Amino acid sequence: MPKVQLREICHARSGDKGFHANIGLIVYDKKHYELVREQVTPERVRGLFEDSVKGEVKRYELPRMGALNFVLRDSLDGGATRTLTLDGYGKVLSSVLLSLEVEVPEE
Amino acid sequence: MLKDSNRADHLLRLGAGSACPGERIEPAIELVEKGNIDYIIFDSLSESEMLAFERHKMSQPGEGYDTYTERRLRRIWPECARRGTRIIGNMGAANPRGAQELAIEVARDLGLGGRKVAAVLGDNVLSSIRELDPIVNETQERVSVFGDRLIAAHAYIAADPIVEALQQGADLVITGRVGDASLFLAPMIHAFGWKADDWDLLAKGIVLGHLFECAGQVTGGYFADPPYKVVPELHRLGFPIGEISADGRMVITKPPNSGGVVSPATCAEQMLYETDDPANYIEADVVADFSDIGFEQVGLDRVAIAGTVRGKPKPEMLKVNLGVREGFRAEGTVFYAGPGAYERAELAADVIRKRLEQVTHLKADALRFDFIGISALYGPTTAADKPPWEVGLRVAGRTQERAEAWKIMHELETIDNNGPAAIGRGLRSEAITEILGYYSTFIPREMVDTEVIVKEA
Repeated sequence: MPKVQLREICHARSGDKGFHANIGLIVYDKKHYELVREQVTPERVRGLFEDSVKGEVKRYELPRMGALNFVLRDSLDGGATRTLTLDGYGKVLSSVLLSLEVEVPEE
Repeated sequence: MLKDSNRADHLLRLGAGSACPGERIEPAIELVEKGNIDYIIFDSLSESEMLAFERHKMSQPGEGYDTYTERRLRRIWPECARRGTRIIGNMGAANPRGAQELAIEVARDLGLGGRKVAAVLGDNVLSSIRELDPIVNETQERVSVFGDRLIAAHAYIAADPIVEALQQGADLVITGRVGDASLFLAPMIHAFGWKADDWDLLAKGIVLGHLFECAGQVTGGYFADPPYKVVPELHRLGFPIGEISADGRMVITKPPNSGGVVSPATCAEQMLYETDDPANYIEADVVADFSDIGFEQVGLDRVAIAGTVRGKPKPEMLKVNLGVREGFRAEGTVFYAGPGAYERAELAADVIRKRLEQVTHLKADALRFDFIGISALYGPTTAADKPPWEVGLRVAGRTQERAEAWKIMHELETIDNNGPAAIGRGLRSEAITEILGYYSTFIPREMVDTEVIVKEA
């Protein structure tokens, strides 16, 4: 099956909540929801950000919206007010997540 | 037209005027002049902004509120007064009374004497928290472990005191730390008389409030990613308008002919922004379950909230944000360019690291070197088939003492003539800032006494 970057079939937005970050991942077309749900697992997301995520990665499903919500616990080096990183608000996470490759069946 | 309709058909129209202190002013003016809105609501606060206002209040005790308030009120209040548009905002931050005094002066100056300005108090729970000494969520230790380093404690209070202020006829309601979404729920409760235990309706109001609390982020701001996501006329982004009916139906739109876009995609992104479990979105007013929400395009730049949003009883405990003095942060960046740029940046990092360790004997809690353009954000990721033309070296450290932070700054300052060749520093970004660390805890709801003070200008 051909591999594509998640960016081809999804959009995303991320942000902070204190020590934690979250990434909302949304499919453009609901026909891709199931394959995204199967392939973009919490484990893969944790692997992508293994240097920054200290806590668990939890995934919530919102099928009607065609969305997954990933919560990355303790992933902001203590949060926006004390972090030394350039992304203390976790806003860049969404764009990095969209670089993940997924297999999409040819139509 | 709306005046002739019966109560059930009457639409409440809310506009979101800001996502942060110092927000652009033109979108708020456009909302007031062209949005036909009943309320304009300003959000000035995030966790870190609130601590920044507390820090400011420590040095300037009369301040500690969003100082853009004056500029904003001067630009929009006369038109709001003409149209009967009421203003709500958390611009009071660490000092709602101070912001109230300022607003009264501004009203008199604008010839708006007689306007009622309300201040909502009670979110500052520092003394109760010291007394109660609860467990801190992030450390699992008691608050008292922070000792006198704890300088701020603010509870996220509910919409109730804002509703009370509106019932007392306030034209402007100024709050401190209220739940962002609750700012938007308050006028809905006031307009429609929603019952305090009608959890489903309250949850719907909170959902709209959450969508609106970052203003332009639901109308095409923070969204564009061409060529996949294209936003028309982004340079004159319009801010959102909510059309709400008494039974909880809601449409999200924006002023006619403004820039931006309102689509299910912009709404979906903002719905999940800064959230955790979608089945348990906790505010002081209600616990909302939006796990089955949907968005439906019902016209050009018009999106209706679809699917189901349910509410569960409000929490017994209110969330409290804590601000704790945690030393200092030092940070600076220098730039290298041309052939060998990355190698020279690495050499400079090596020089600075060795000097901090061996010559200055730096005492730091953390020290970090970033190569901007190579690996500063979730790297190393840059393809190495071609050397980069330019590289920024960023050095950042956390220390307990200001003198230690200064050592880091000093090494960055002196790397120019003592380090590798050809350094650029058009932008002198070195800075030492005091860190107010953020933590959270909970307080029983009944220990938080809110108060509404209404004054006439």
